[in-house]
Amino acid sequence: MQLCDLPAHELAKLLRNRKVSAEEICRSVLQRIDEVEKKTKAFITVDGEKALEQARRVDKKLKNGANLPPLAGMPVAIKDNICTKGLRTTCASKILANFVPPYNATVVEKLAAAEAVIIGKTNMDEFAMGSSTENSGFFPTRNPWDYSRVPGGSSGGSAAAVAAGESIYALGSDTGGSIRQPAAFCGVVGMKPTYGAVSRYGLVAFASSLDQIGPLTKDVTDCALVLNVIAGHDPRDSTSVPGERPDYTQFLKEDIRGLRIGIPREYLAEGLDSGVREVLEKACAVLKEAGAEVAETSLPHSAYALPTYYLIAPAEASSNLARYDGVRYGYRAEDVKDVLDMFKKTRSRGFGAEVKRRIMLGTYALSAGYYDAYYLKALQVRTLIKRDFDTAFTKFDVLLSPTSPTPAFLLGEKIDDPLKMYLSDIFTLAINLAGLPAVSVPGGFVDGLPVGVQFIGKPFAEGTLLHVAYAFEKRTEYTSRRPGLGR
Amino acid sequence: MITRADVEYVALLARLELNEEEKELYTRQLGKILEYASILQQLDTSEVPPTAHVLPLQNVFREDRVGEDLPVEEVLANAPDREGNYFKVPRII
Repeated sequence: MQLCDLPAHELAKLLRNRKVSAEEICRSVLQRIDEVEKKTKAFITVDGEKALEQARRVDKKLKNGANLPPLAGMPVAIKDNICTKGLRTTCASKILANFVPPYNATVVEKLAAAEAVIIGKTNMDEFAMGSSTENSGFFPTRNPWDYSRVPGGSSGGSAAAVAAGESIYALGSDTGGSIRQPAAFCGVVGMKPTYGAVSRYGLVAFASSLDQIGPLTKDVTDCALVLNVIAGHDPRDSTSVPGERPDYTQFLKEDIRGLRIGIPREYLAEGLDSGVREVLEKACAVLKEAGAEVAETSLPHSAYALPTYYLIAPAEASSNLARYDGVRYGYRAEDVKDVLDMFKKTRSRGFGAEVKRRIMLGTYALSAGYYDAYYLKALQVRTLIKRDFDTAFTKFDVLLSPTSPTPAFLLGEKIDDPLKMYLSDIFTLAINLAGLPAVSVPGGFVDGLPVGVQFIGKPFAEGTLLHVAYAFEKRTEYTSRRPGLGR
Repeated sequence: MITRADVEYVALLARLELNEEEKELYTRQLGKILEYASILQQLDTSEVPPTAHVLPLQNVFREDRVGEDLPVEEVLANAPDREGNYFKVPRII
């Protein structure tokens, strides 16, 4: 174990007790990047010099006796669809390959105020559209537990970086599972907060009614600490919910006696890997043993979540991605006849296959004659899906499911069949449709590959999720395992 | 069922230029996805209101006060082409 393998809260203790410096922590992370980045390819941009500068500034403040925030000096990797002023932000798309934001996302401002050390920007599926990071416009990322497998997606770079010790923690974004599924595949903790809990200002929009930024961390305590930094109302995001956020660390308690946990039976149906099912059954046993009341429940419209999602998300995306026209920023095709030709050539060459597929699908679903049959219908079914959860939460405090139906799959295994790829998010996307918070926690291993379990909560019940996740972690310790990294 | 002509029309709406191979591929793939999506028609939603987004928030107001601008030079630094303080595009008319 090197410094870079430790969670932030342990490093923070060492830092405060002057056992290590922020610079040493930063150098440990940069050295790990030197060792394994050729294999993981987790990053699009690494800015080691700037990171060291930030770390030394923290050391200086500590030396001067400053009282610094809990995550001061901790290296963080940021998904490349979150704007960082002066640091290239590409969304893993050729159309934004040279885009340098003139402003910071609100979460980046908050990280800066928390004295975080930004290591770099992580790889992803282009514009966050994908479940394997193979749709990156630059290169695929590989799973640190097995380099022949995908890290999941779309926040695959963030998850791989945290798992491999190439960062202490990371930020991702989750539109249909893009934090939780890669967290599960890479054996880390990943949370999608309630829609509106964290500001989306400066997050490059994919599907605005579904997108949320959230943490990917080595354990549950770090998840609470990062959420403390990034959550909060932001007047610059009109969908950010007003009001104070609690100190999330107060929920990190082991006693879950009497907590009511529901297992949606539809999530245990066909397509679920037998190893993943065993992991879930063991998790149930652990939680029961701890005094929780675990019982089956039903989300009757589960089968409709995937088609609903794949009408709503592309519809919103087709509208959001209309801005990439080669006029104000990003790539522009040169050899053009007129403006229309410029738009078409710019977009056709700048976007990758999956992005074009979703723009086409969304444009179709919104076009005259099809709007009612597809888009409006999907919005109505979304209501039914949300009501399913409302009903379940009258009897249960949290719901528990697998995060993804299988462990990490092989590179290339699903890339030619979009529907097959979409199925990998079958347990996560309904949560975005309903706007709920959910966290994926390492729940066990199948053939040496990590498997995640997902806790789903009521709106703004992140505290309850952290509570049950912490109790589970303390009784299982899967979050303390690290990949061998082929060394 | 989505046809090749539909794909060509939607591509124009979306300002995408597709080659023959892409037209064929998207006709097939979008057809499959839309066929899958047709299971939504099984549900009677005549009495169900649509959910565009999940929050009870509506009409978020703020003071109409001048805030900070982004510096013009920094904004134009990302422009593929410019003239003075303007974005420059090919001739439109």
